[in-house]
Amino acid sequence: MKRGTVTRKSSQDNNHPPFDCRFSRPYELHIVPLMTETVPSDIEITSTDAAVTMTLRGAMTLPYVTQIVAEFDTLPMDRTVRADLSGVTRFDTSAAWAIASLRTRLETAGQHLEIQGAGIGPESLLKSVTDAMPVITPAPVVAGGLIEWVAAIGSSMVDAVTFVLELIGYFGLFLSRLVRAIRHPKEFRLTALVHHCQEVGFKAVPIVALMAFLIGVVLAFQGSTQLKQFGAEVFVVDLIAVSILRELGILLTSIIVAGRTASAFTAAIGSMKMREEIDAMRSLGLDPAATLFVPRILALVLMLPILGLIANVMGLFGGALMAWIDLGISPAMFMTRLVNGTDVSHLAAGMIKAPVFALIIGVVGCHAGMQVQSNAESLGRMTSSSVVVAIFAVIMADAVFSIFFAQIGF
Amino acid sequence: MAKDINQADREVVISIRGLRNQFGTQVVHDNLDLDIYRGEIVGIVGGSGTGKSVLLRTIAGLNRPAAGSVDVLGIDVLSADQDDMVDAGANWGVMFQDGALFSSLTVRENVEVPMRTVDGLDPKIRRALADLKISMVGLPYFAGDKFPSELSGGMRKRAGLARALALDPQIVFLDEPTAGLDPIGAADFDQLILGLSRSLGLTVFLVTHDLDTLHAICDRIAVLAEKRVLVTGTMQEMLKVDHPWVHDYFHGVRARAALDTKTAADVATKD
Repeated sequence: MKRGTVTRKSSQDNNHPPFDCRFSRPYELHIVPLMTETVPSDIEITSTDAAVTMTLRGAMTLPYVTQIVAEFDTLPMDRTVRADLSGVTRFDTSAAWAIASLRTRLETAGQHLEIQGAGIGPESLLKSVTDAMPVITPAPVVAGGLIEWVAAIGSSMVDAVTFVLELIGYFGLFLSRLVRAIRHPKEFRLTALVHHCQEVGFKAVPIVALMAFLIGVVLAFQGSTQLKQFGAEVFVVDLIAVSILRELGILLTSIIVAGRTASAFTAAIGSMKMREEIDAMRSLGLDPAATLFVPRILALVLMLPILGLIANVMGLFGGALMAWIDLGISPAMFMTRLVNGTDVSHLAAGMIKAPVFALIIGVVGCHAGMQVQSNAESLGRMTSSSVVVAIFAVIMADAVFSIFFAQIGF
Repeated sequence: MAKDINQADREVVISIRGLRNQFGTQVVHDNLDLDIYRGEIVGIVGGSGTGKSVLLRTIAGLNRPAAGSVDVLGIDVLSADQDDMVDAGANWGVMFQDGALFSSLTVRENVEVPMRTVDGLDPKIRRALADLKISMVGLPYFAGDKFPSELSGGMRKRAGLARALALDPQIVFLDEPTAGLDPIGAADFDQLILGLSRSLGLTVFLVTHDLDTLHAICDRIAVLAEKRVLVTGTMQEMLKVDHPWVHDYFHGVRARAALDTKTAADVATKD
């Protein structure tokens, strides 16, 4: 003799009357609300040598199915089970599933399940569910051994190499379409180029200018504090000029542009890819590389040096202002010191890098856009990955330039 | 209105009174009334731009009308607060036109999403129930592991229906369930809806242009025109309405073809 009572689970039930007469007709049992107004199910199990008799009462619905299944699991599998459903007030698909599963288990064990007292509704639901019980084909189990671990490392290495090769491929694609555009100027989309110049260049001016100004201020302030100790305040001009012109102006501009433009390229191209617009373009004889990549990347190549120059000017301006306030170096003196003490090669060393960074940002952004698949998550993932990769690649290229310039003494 | 007297003893599950929907200056619905009874399959028809989908979205609480009242299973959808709507959400399911499945989840995970709101449901049981729903809408077992983008349009619709049915709702809203399906697939889907509706006791609110669907499974048809529900009734009653649009709709070339198919099918069953 065993009696199991499934306890009330959800606290929200407490406010409701135990039974709602509107739904009392057995005909409608299974179509009443699930989440509210339910009486917890109650299972009484009587076991004899010949058979087990279960009396089920209350709501057999989704919130209680976990407990119902737990009760069913305790049943002995060596004799017939009789289930009396006449006291059941609610019966939904999950309950039908629980009973159908129990029946399958009993039949596998050579026994059977007899159901009594089920109304027309539960009866027909039970039948549909029994007919629909999925045939489960277990998925192949992947073993997590040493070989798989090594294979995972190998495959991620291959992916990394493939990724770099693909980027180089996209760069080549851009160059070939650019050459084609030069040879067939009529096919070139000038309007798109101007539009993208405005988007990536003109609209980025305020943020780039503000960033460079603040960097100039910070450099002057930090530099003067250190240089004061040696009485070499005046060298703050050289410090600001060299660091801004050679490195910081263009590098920080590129990072900002990578953040706002690489992501924009990826999102725009990616959402076109997602909605099959790229395929539509191909079917109309439009080359996505010529129509989408060339105007975008070319706009970046044209605009980034200009943005870099603006950053240089604003950085020097911020530095001069701070040097004047903090160290009393007048703007005229700053100017003289700047012109005499700083070689123009510093500016050249900075500006040479701009087109290279622009190419990196543009190619990474367009490539990531084309990797978007037809789900929303991949668009988000590729957008953030394009920004990270673009910034990382820009900094790495900057390091390579630094070593190269140091070696050749530029 | 003789029809309503016959149905007076039936329980009204959706009741719309004086509904007005407008976007800017464009009025889509004005003073629209509609009652839906428990257990019936209602087909909503109307020309393009008559606001069939807007009506569906309004009843499901996804669109706020300018005026009127919408009462679903005793809940006033328009004044219900967030908690009421969450509870009520278990009582109805919506199948959007292209399934509107979450693209980053597998089909099984999509079906499990509504079940996650149920406290204390064992994940293993949840998974098994999701597999059951997937099977009930006629998808093979392996479809559960696929992402929506890997399925055909028809399979996505079935998966969308499985998600709409996840919590055993009392009402399902279907937005053009057979649009874009081949005739065989569409007929299968009609029978699926009919079968599920009868075995689960579902009330089905169906927006469709498919005359075969209207013939095959709809208990009642509601025609949206002139910014309101112009007329409701069975297919036979629709054929007698002499409003020009309704007449054209149900007596056009395609309508006659659908009627012929239906008559032929009925004869075949009788034999």
